[in-house]
Amino acid sequence: MVAVEIGNRRHSRCKGETDLVTTASMNGALSFEGIGMTFPDGTEALREITLSISKGEFVTIVGPSGCGKSTLLRIASGLLEPTAGSVEVDRDSLGYVFQDATLLPWRTVRQNVELFSELHGFGSDERRSLSTAAIELVGLTGFEDHYPKSLSGGMRMRTSLARTLTLKPPVFLFDEPFGAVDEITREHLNEETQRLFQSEGFAGLFITHSIGEAVFMSTKVYVMSARPGRIVAGFDVPFDYPRKPGLRFDPEFALLSGEVSLALRGSSS
Amino acid sequence: MTTIPDVTRPAGEELDGRPGSDGQSPDLAPEEDALVHTPGPLPGASRPKTLARLALPPVVLGGALMGLWYLISYVLLEPHRRFLLQPPHQVAEVGFLDWDNYSRILKALWNSTQVALIGLGIAITIGLILATMMSQAKMVERAVFPFAVTLQAIPILAIVPLIGFWWGYGTTARVIVCIIISLFPIIMNTLFGLQSAERGMHDLFTLHHANRLTRLRKLMFPCALPAVFAGLRISAGLSVIGAIVGDFFFGKGEAGIGQLLRRYANLLDGEQLLTAVIMSSALGVVVFWTFGWIQKLVIGKWHETEVLG
Repeated sequence: MVAVEIGNRRHSRCKGETDLVTTASMNGALSFEGIGMTFPDGTEALREITLSISKGEFVTIVGPSGCGKSTLLRIASGLLEPTAGSVEVDRDSLGYVFQDATLLPWRTVRQNVELFSELHGFGSDERRSLSTAAIELVGLTGFEDHYPKSLSGGMRMRTSLARTLTLKPPVFLFDEPFGAVDEITREHLNEETQRLFQSEGFAGLFITHSIGEAVFMSTKVYVMSARPGRIVAGFDVPFDYPRKPGLRFDPEFALLSGEVSLALRGSSS
Repeated sequence: MTTIPDVTRPAGEELDGRPGSDGQSPDLAPEEDALVHTPGPLPGASRPKTLARLALPPVVLGGALMGLWYLISYVLLEPHRRFLLQPPHQVAEVGFLDWDNYSRILKALWNSTQVALIGLGIAITIGLILATMMSQAKMVERAVFPFAVTLQAIPILAIVPLIGFWWGYGTTARVIVCIIISLFPIIMNTLFGLQSAERGMHDLFTLHHANRLTRLRKLMFPCALPAVFAGLRISAGLSVIGAIVGDFFFGKGEAGIGQLLRRYANLLDGEQLLTAVIMSSALGVVVFWTFGWIQKLVIGKWHETEVLG
């Protein structure tokens, strides 16, 4: 009985989805227009992805493993050229957090956080003030001189976040960054990411296969199908920010998560 | 599961607050987390025990070998054949405690050390440059690789006569033997190290438009250091071997330990021969340790360096 109810709601959301697609033509901070990606070996990773993310939006794409989610981010950042369609984004100020923290092990937390400003040729004073602020934002003050090997997985990810924050990017790409940390740490990092989204006001595109994570942080959740990846459903997340940790136990939250889950199941079978 | 809808928001918050307060979450209490990860107190406290554990087995085995040595010298060998393996105290008396004899060995050892270090220095320079070039251009890698492997495959004894033939039988020839024998591990390890940076790290540099030199300097070189040091330790040992082998065959110039080994063998001087052998091994060990120590000094802070020995 409950399932039927969720099913109905899902249909109503799907109508909403078409609205979302039409907004893609509006000028967002990051827009994908008919993106298709076929690798040289013939694997079709993405098909006809059209979506747009504006400032103040935090969009999450959930999808089964290997559906091409990460490929979409690589295309957004310019690391990969799509075989069809186009991307509109200012790449000089793009924040991109990878699946791994990708910290340079020979650099301390501070030196890692300063890497990007260093690559962009900032002076040492400016680098220092930027890194101090970013380290404070992610709650790592006091750990500046630690090397990555002595940090926990969560702290490494925070360092990675701080490194990206130094550039104050208006568009922030997250490639399943919290997939490797334990559940509790992940929840904390979700809360902090949400807080950063509020305080820094970037447009966020987050990739994950955790539905809870997606619904908790996002303004919108899209569901991507198995390969070739297509957007098959979209959901607005109505909860106000800042979102309290307890929201995860709210019936509304559970219901929406259920809908996303159903859409995901439908897409992968 | 069924209780979930009953949990109100404040209750949820309470639930969330709990793990932090009893310290289960590393991210709620970073200070506690740091204590766990600081390498300070724990290893320090268990140090004496570890030291005994480390030192005892080799000491015991050493004692047993010493006993075996005496057994062979006094029981197995008849007196007229005892020169083949003089007992340890006899070796110590003639080889180590007679200063004339010992200083001669030390001087020869020092000459060989110099040769080994010069050869190693040149091999490091050539190896680093070649490996860097190979890492920058696939073409160079393809061109050099087969020759590097060939160089490694040549038995050193087979080309020693050739080296003497071309470069005379003096210091130059000895140094060249060292270079040839120690070059390969440096090239291969450095190249491996330079290529070991993960794709994600390269992506970072690509995203931020780093040029080739910046990428090499800030990513590939530091990343290569652990492998370079591993190569250096192998090559350092090989270079010592090269110096001794070269010296064994090339008699011109100041005699090294190889010349002494040959002379003592010809004279059937077992005590001094054994002393020279022991000292050559000691040199190899010292060189190996020295590079391990330098490695620890340079990259120990961030890289898990294995315990020496």
